[in-house]
Amino acid sequence: MKIPKAPLTIADTQKGLLDKSFSAVELVDYYLQAIEEQNPSLNAFLTVSGDVAYEQAKKVQKLLEELESRAFEKYPLLGCGVAHKDLFLTKGIRSTAGSKVLENYVPSYSSTVVSRLEEAGAITIGKTNCDAWAHGASGENSDFGPTKNPWNKKFVPGGSSSGSAASIAAGLTLFATGTDTGGSIRQPASFCGVFGLKPTYGAVSRYGVIAMASSLDSMGHFARTTQDIKRIFEVTKGQDGMDSTVKNGPYQAPPEKLKIGIPKEYFVKGIARQVETAVRQAARVFEKQGIEIVEVSLPHTQYAISVYYIIQPAEVSSNLGRYDGIRYGVGREAFGAEAKRRIMLGTYVLSAGYYDAFYLKAMKVRSKIIEDFDAAWKNVDAVLAPVSPTSAFLLGEKASDPLQMYLADILTVAGNLAGIPGLSIPCGFDGNGLPLGFQLLGPRFSEDVLFGLGEMYEHASGYKPKVAEEKL
Amino acid sequence: MAMGKLTKNDVEHVARLARLPLSDKEILKFQKQLSEVVTYVSELAAVDTSKTKPTSQSTGLTNVTRPDISKSKGLTQEEALSGTESLHNGYFVVPQILDKKDR
Repeated sequence: MKIPKAPLTIADTQKGLLDKSFSAVELVDYYLQAIEEQNPSLNAFLTVSGDVAYEQAKKVQKLLEELESRAFEKYPLLGCGVAHKDLFLTKGIRSTAGSKVLENYVPSYSSTVVSRLEEAGAITIGKTNCDAWAHGASGENSDFGPTKNPWNKKFVPGGSSSGSAASIAAGLTLFATGTDTGGSIRQPASFCGVFGLKPTYGAVSRYGVIAMASSLDSMGHFARTTQDIKRIFEVTKGQDGMDSTVKNGPYQAPPEKLKIGIPKEYFVKGIARQVETAVRQAARVFEKQGIEIVEVSLPHTQYAISVYYIIQPAEVSSNLGRYDGIRYGVGREAFGAEAKRRIMLGTYVLSAGYYDAFYLKAMKVRSKIIEDFDAAWKNVDAVLAPVSPTSAFLLGEKASDPLQMYLADILTVAGNLAGIPGLSIPCGFDGNGLPLGFQLLGPRFSEDVLFGLGEMYEHASGYKPKVAEEKL
Repeated sequence: MAMGKLTKNDVEHVARLARLPLSDKEILKFQKQLSEVVTYVSELAAVDTSKTKPTSQSTGLTNVTRPDISKSKGLTQEEALSGTESLHNGYFVVPQILDKKDR
């Protein structure tokens, strides 16, 4: 039997499996066929793991026969297709980080996130394209060619978790993992019209994920509803004994009466009118639900990009130092232009004579940015802001100007510097039919507050999950 | 301090530190691009941080330890060597770093 249309949520997937509308194997058939049809033009997947997926699907069916509905209690993501950003190590499945340096690297172990999702019953569909080493805001820095935006293939899907966001928007998987070091989940989620969670720094283990900037890297995911984002987070979060930065909360419970701040500094010069309008409309949706909306100030926001483009390349230059082509991968000459640029920049700001003026200074201004947020949390429970100054931009538009590309991260990097969680929520389309989104940021370990707000927004705005082809 | 402009020598020096083999064309390109970025980020000099402590990470965790018992099985020799073809008798082949005259 062929499934005419894939279920778009965890609940629908599991309902369909339980009432035998389709089997897990048929679900895998569907995803693999959709990938075969769409991937040549989208370039969202770098590796499709069909053999692994079928093996896992057969296990899912066996568990369902044995346990019936109780299977979902034991395996909360049973039967759910997942695609992993190619930064996540997957045992036995090639993991490239989007770089030719690791073109033929097949890991001998899996990252904690991948193992936990598999243990929860998820089915690994494949590995997704991304800016090489997660360096980029458009997907164009992938050494395997850019991913296209499923809503309009002339536009970028955002980055660096480009293929993960695009694969959800195109309906090639149920959910996908990503990493967010400076906006790499929230911004592509926004450009592709899907939900993306950047968890609190240290909420999810980084073990087995190729490191970009270790004090900023957050392991998150993409899905089509807040409910799904939350259910996946329940599986991925928590200590694993392998990453010493992981903390088990304590998670903040949503308060009775919520107050949201609108940070005035996020409505920067150059922000597209349609983006600003959409974000302000989203604020009104919350207001109608009885949530108080107030203006807040995060005065050091303007410096976030400079702090980020010192600290992040410094950590990148250190993390990429290990790629010498001896134990795995190929030599350093195989790094692409952007990786080389960041290694150079990072090495420069850490070098003798410049460390104090750049790196130490940036670490101090980082403290100022954290103080700004801490002051805001005394007054509000979350802030609501645009994710990116514009909707998706054209392929090639910023590719030749690194500084312009770096400035695309202007509204997302502060959240990484402060280590706070962010949820990117779709909120309609612009005049060109490209998705618009906004982000909710909250204090560390306030994920449950953000999820509550996300669900409220979906309900109040009449949001329905959809895939890109449905616009036709 | 003259911040912002990188000379060709600066770029070559940094490339050496980072062990990146760069072509002459790349050196010229990076000289311009890195100068632009460094000029931009130099705006931080304007922020008063005289009373601010630096943040290196945001968890507030310090001295995270575990009992000195290995839970992991680790990698087998075969697994550890599986990422390269440059092997000799079960060892990684590495570039020579000592010359005869260094002995």
